[in-house]
Amino acid sequence: MTSVNQLVGVCLIYVAFLFAIAFYAERANARGRGSWIRSPWIYTLSLSIYCTAWTFYGAVGYAARSGMEFVTIYLGPSLIMLGWWWVLRKLVRIGRAQRATSIADLISARYGKSNLLAIVVTVMAVIGVTPYIALQLQSVTLSLGAFAGPGEADSLNQASVGFWVAFGLALFTVLFGTRTLNTHERHSGVVMAIAVEAVVKLVALIAVGVFVVWGIAGGVQPMLTRIDASPIGEWQMDRSRWAALTALSAAAFLCLPRMFQVLVVENDDERHLQIAAWAFPIYLLLMSLFVVPIAVVGLDLMPAGANPDLFVLTIPLSEGRAGLAGLSFLGGFSSATSMVIVATLALGTMMSNHVVMPVWLSARAEDAAQMSGDVRQVVLLARRASIMVILGLGYLYYRLSGGGAALAAIGLISFVGVAQFLPALIGGIFWRGASRWGALAGLVVGFVIWVYASLLPSFGPDGAMSARLLAEGPWGVGWLRPLALFGIEGLDPTVHAVVWSLTLNTALFILVSLLTFPTPIERLQGAQFVNVFDHSGAPGEWQAALATSEDLMIMTQRILGPDEAQALFHREAARQGRGGHLPEPNQAFLQALERELAGSVGAATAHAMIGQVAGGASVSVEELMAVADESAQILEYSNQLEAKSAELTRTARQLREANEKLTALSVQKDAFLSQISHELRTPMTSIRSFSEILRDTEGMGQVEKTKYASIIHGEAIRLTRLLDDLLDLSVLENGQVNLNVQEGRLEEVLEQAVVTASASGSGHLQIKRRRLNEAMPLVTDLDRLAQVFINLISNADKYCDGDPPELIISVDDGPAGLRVSFADNGTAIAPGARSLIFEKFARIDGTPGPGAGLGLAICREIMLRLGGDIALHTRAGGNEFVVSLPREAAMAAQ
Amino acid sequence: MKGGLPTSVFVERRSYRRRRLMDALRLLPILGVMLFMLPLFWPTTADEAVATVPMSRAVTYVFLVWAVLIVVALALWRALWLTGGPVGDDEAAQEDRL
Repeated sequence: MTSVNQLVGVCLIYVAFLFAIAFYAERANARGRGSWIRSPWIYTLSLSIYCTAWTFYGAVGYAARSGMEFVTIYLGPSLIMLGWWWVLRKLVRIGRAQRATSIADLISARYGKSNLLAIVVTVMAVIGVTPYIALQLQSVTLSLGAFAGPGEADSLNQASVGFWVAFGLALFTVLFGTRTLNTHERHSGVVMAIAVEAVVKLVALIAVGVFVVWGIAGGVQPMLTRIDASPIGEWQMDRSRWAALTALSAAAFLCLPRMFQVLVVENDDERHLQIAAWAFPIYLLLMSLFVVPIAVVGLDLMPAGANPDLFVLTIPLSEGRAGLAGLSFLGGFSSATSMVIVATLALGTMMSNHVVMPVWLSARAEDAAQMSGDVRQVVLLARRASIMVILGLGYLYYRLSGGGAALAAIGLISFVGVAQFLPALIGGIFWRGASRWGALAGLVVGFVIWVYASLLPSFGPDGAMSARLLAEGPWGVGWLRPLALFGIEGLDPTVHAVVWSLTLNTALFILVSLLTFPTPIERLQGAQFVNVFDHSGAPGEWQAALATSEDLMIMTQRILGPDEAQALFHREAARQGRGGHLPEPNQAFLQALERELAGSVGAATAHAMIGQVAGGASVSVEELMAVADESAQILEYSNQLEAKSAELTRTARQLREANEKLTALSVQKDAFLSQISHELRTPMTSIRSFSEILRDTEGMGQVEKTKYASIIHGEAIRLTRLLDDLLDLSVLENGQVNLNVQEGRLEEVLEQAVVTASASGSGHLQIKRRRLNEAMPLVTDLDRLAQVFINLISNADKYCDGDPPELIISVDDGPAGLRVSFADNGTAIAPGARSLIFEKFARIDGTPGPGAGLGLAICREIMLRLGGDIALHTRAGGNEFVVSLPREAAMAAQ
Repeated sequence: MKGGLPTSVFVERRSYRRRRLMDALRLLPILGVMLFMLPLFWPTTADEAVATVPMSRAVTYVFLVWAVLIVVALALWRALWLTGGPVGDDEAAQEDRL
């Protein structure tokens, strides 16, 4: 009889052997001599982690209880492998193209790199798989117990065995699963070790089977006879379970995190899949070939109460084959350890990439990717801690559940849990319309139903749920009974859970996907996933110009390690055709880098980290909208600027005009001053010289004195008039004039003006009046109006050179107002002078006459004050001054 | 076939054969599902009237089907390999579009 201590010793030696194998494989791989490690056979063997201790021990127990039903667990994966062309080919290609590190990473990458989805998948996977890990610990403890003699049973502390097994596995996983943080997340050491374990467990099971068939039963034919004679000799099965379990195992094969790890992540060459497609079914067939014989012989030989789960061990033991039993134990141990190692590795990667790292990154959001420490160390630490936590959880679950019968059922329950990923996964790679919210809704609903209808009831009545709740439903609502949802009774609990959780999961996934609209990244990724064979375009886009190669180098070094980062950058630089070792940070490079980093820290985290260095330039709708807003603002601002600029231009022009006007005015003022001094000086000179003559000349005759005094008097009058005019003009211009508005008739005003002008005039001018419209009533300053008329008449008198000089005064009562026209027959005023004649001191060159040039200026000012105007119209054969009076001046009087 | 035919016909036939092999490869799992689901129609101990299928026959049937499927898959893979190497990406993509 093999003692427990011997077995523990063998186990330790075996584990040391595994360590050596793993170490050797990693060394060989690192030196580039590891091509045989990457063979399709190793890949096929690594898939064998599907067969856990649940298979090794449990399949026989299962067969002993329910006959052939156990085989469905292997038929599903076989069919998936045989049908590799349909799903696995695409899954592996996508996984490699996207550098998926886990199933959570793949699903998150498909749905727009949503970390929320990754977290949900991770949490579900941890909850679904942890009991499974506990099951493995239990199997090791139980199998050790089978070797314990009657005396040893008590000394074997199950809890401590479980603890040391968990500890050893954690050590192994941490050592070989997190040694490096490489770009493709492949672990040659671990894969090699589990391949060796695959061989060990297959050999062990076949050895026991061969012993049973040929050693005990005595050949194939006697064995078949014995099978038919056994308690399970008749075909008995639950039809719904047969179909449901085949489908469930197929789904779980695709969705189990550890299977995804070996199938997709550790895949080195897509062609390996084509060989594994038929090689792995062979493995599964061999693993299940001897299950029924062992179960039949066990039921035959073992006492009635024996645990059928341990037949693989107890049959050789009872037959005194200690060596075979030892091999069998090692097989079971291998099954348990390889599963736990890969499962914790896969879950640890998911947890560190999707839970720990995002939290850590957001906690140090300011300088996350470029802080002074080494991100690589943090990632590794996070992963190690995650592995420890998951194994700790498994151990805790094992301790809390007490290792009872509840654990035996956990295998299938765990399958149902992870199978909830299937709609999101398959929908994601075949249907472009699958959206993030659809995936999330489906996952959450499937998960809730799984917990409610499968996980919690599995603890038995009054375990996690009260017996009453199980029997009557919550609050007595019958159709919510956990094992008879919607009132459908009589279903097998597993089938019930599979049908409802997956149906509602899929239905909600499709419904919500149909109703929601995916984000641009989601749509891009969707196209990339679904059409992975059409184009291998790049997933996201980075605004390359924002990132500098140095920043990227620093960040990459911290994740990949300096050597690998430098090699990568060197390679990229060479591909861009540049010397040196810093490539141009263009689109292609950033996308390549993101994929490389995604291999180490997951798609979402890599995206976020590059986003920090590259300035978060992944284009989301929100950002596009923000950009659009910004552009709109800039446009608006630019419009405002343009308007202001136009206004400024206008103001500048006005200023320039004003300046020109001022300059002109200044010139005018100078001219005015010189003119006025001249105008004043002439009479003053006469007055002075004649007064000097009067004073200094002795004996001047009376006649002369009178003459001179008259000249002085005349000049003084002229001066006075000039000053009066100036005063008048100044008053008018300053608007200080007081208008003496009174009623009168135009006829009278004209009459008065003609009389006054004729009295002081030369008498030559013939004035012709058209009296037709003159009888107009007026309300205005009649004296001022008369002044204007007098001025115009006397001007005509002075300057008109017609022969004979003639002035025609006519009145026109038009719609715009009253127009009084003074038309003479003199020489027309030159066009250049026309605009000047209303200016002060403006005199037409070469015209004789005494005026100072203020008359017309005064006229214009008066007319403006009266609300009218005066203008010069040139006609053929003369000039015509038109005085217009506003309408109201005429109307008011009527 | 004797000479005189252009080589392109030979290539055509080759790739035609390859495509039919791919078809077979794709249909194989469907055949597998049908065969593995056949036991659903067997009478069980619950159906009292009919004689039940002996366990040995059930075991033989399941494993035989399993083995045949594997052998066919192996043969198909082998045939595809011989007619132009393993199923490559381009071809797979091409098949996708067909």
